[in-house]
Amino acid sequence: MIGIEHYLTVAATLFVIGIFGLFLNRKNIIIMLMSIELMLLAVNINFVAFSYYLGDLVGQVFTLFVLTVAAAEAAIGLAILVCFFRNRGTIAVEDVNVMKG
Amino acid sequence: MISADLNVILPEILLALFAILALLGAVYTNKDAAAGVMVWATAIVMALLAIWIGMTSGGTTRIAFNGLFIEDSFARFAKVTMLLSAAAVLAMSEAYMKKRGLLRFEYPVLIALSVVGMMMMVSAGDLMTLYMGLELQSLALYVVASLRRDSVKSTEAGLKYFVLGALSSGLLLYGVSLVYGYAGTTQFAGVMSLASEGPTSLGLLFGIVFVVSGLAFKVSAVPFHMWTPDVYEGAPTPVTAFFATAPKVAAMALFARVLHDAFGNAVADWSQIIALLSVLSMFLGAVAAIGQTNIKRLMAYSSIAHMGYALIGLAAGTELGVKSMLVYLAIYVTMNIGTFAFILGMEKDGQPVTDITALNMYSKRAPGKALAMLVLLFSLAGVPPMLGFFAKLGVWQAGVDAGLIWLVVASAVASAIGAYYYLRIVFLMYFGAEGDDRLDEGKSSLLSGVVVAAAVIMVVGIVNLFGVETAAISAAATLVN
Repeated sequence: MIGIEHYLTVAATLFVIGIFGLFLNRKNIIIMLMSIELMLLAVNINFVAFSYYLGDLVGQVFTLFVLTVAAAEAAIGLAILVCFFRNRGTIAVEDVNVMKG
Repeated sequence: MISADLNVILPEILLALFAILALLGAVYTNKDAAAGVMVWATAIVMALLAIWIGMTSGGTTRIAFNGLFIEDSFARFAKVTMLLSAAAVLAMSEAYMKKRGLLRFEYPVLIALSVVGMMMMVSAGDLMTLYMGLELQSLALYVVASLRRDSVKSTEAGLKYFVLGALSSGLLLYGVSLVYGYAGTTQFAGVMSLASEGPTSLGLLFGIVFVVSGLAFKVSAVPFHMWTPDVYEGAPTPVTAFFATAPKVAAMALFARVLHDAFGNAVADWSQIIALLSVLSMFLGAVAAIGQTNIKRLMAYSSIAHMGYALIGLAAGTELGVKSMLVYLAIYVTMNIGTFAFILGMEKDGQPVTDITALNMYSKRAPGKALAMLVLLFSLAGVPPMLGFFAKLGVWQAGVDAGLIWLVVASAVASAIGAYYYLRIVFLMYFGAEGDDRLDEGKSSLLSGVVVAAAVIMVVGIVNLFGVETAAISAAATLVN
């Protein structure tokens, strides 16, 4: 029998993979965008699982909002990335270093 | 019913409609040629909305959309501060951007939309409104950070801000999902009543920690501050001025709103986290700024430190704490607008300069402006009798009241360290070496006027704080009780 804790474990695992993808990835910024997307979708699994478990629809409404925002975020991220590529000629993570911080 | 609800969010609707109509109008007419007018129109609309919101004061609290949106005096205080500072920054930026070919019609539209997001944030009564407001603000800010599309620095700033901002939204959202799961509701009031029933459950505690770390990113508190110096340095200066003012107020107000409205019964749980964020921010802001020569980077570390001081008020977890935090934010915003008006006016042969060595012996060339800047820097450093000192004094009182003596002592030490880099600029202006890298005479009377006005406020304001304190007291009272 698959219960709420299985869903939560999957969501937590995906979320952690997303965070690690952001920090350990040294190659490509596109992978970072994918990691961000993975984090948001992990949260969505959480919301839907809780929503079903609680018998409360708010979680699923929230999921729809999150999906919309994630789409807008991906669009803006790609747009900024295209501008950056035009100026710098590369999208490797190690080349995002004009300013040291 | 619905019309009553819509009436409550009328200011937000008006600003959003204005932004959308301005966008459509500019696209279908002469695009960037109208940008100058649009910047001024947006500034005027924001100032009018601020006056309107300020006028409808009194202690009324109105709740709309079944608790999704709360309009109380706390929200009004934050909204007036944000709208006025955004209007001031827009008014300051028009001439600068026109000169550098940066004046695009998207700029005022995006600023207006991000302000709508901030107004949503500070009025949030539900985790859903919180998230949507936060994202509306952030998505608009990512774009304005990379407004200078042909510059590597600006696009890199936008990219860094985007990646780290999205990460923080993800953390916040994960926390929100845990809070929803363990509290069974997304409404602040519901979460609050659940937390009062007994000891905080582990899941809810994890949720609080994630939400707090997500919000700490937005206020750039250490250890979530990495983006701040790079974004401040890379973004065009008017955009940096905006980043340092309105979004900081919105994020801090949202922080206070979530912690008191939703987790108000778990003060002991989050107070330690906030105190830790606060002490780290103050020391990092003070120490890391010492080696900086770029004034925008320096202001980034300065804002990190200032957020640390403001967080003391939040860590106190009391009504007095919230009040002192609001007063601190209002004073901080005024100081920063003045300082950035000065930075916007720094140029050599028509090119913007951000190196502080360019200020060598500035007092000889523009004594009045140098004196005003001296007052502002003293105020930022917290030297009495400037207003910045009383801001710090307020949060210290709240900290002592709440028994956070160690935090107050640490913050006094940090502010002594931090005074060094403000005073170094003063030293350069008055006793620096006479070099050939002299700045142009500041011709813009608007920018000079703003610098002088902010400086005058820093001195005259100590008399009665212009009534800000009474407004902050009633705002804090509605939030905490």
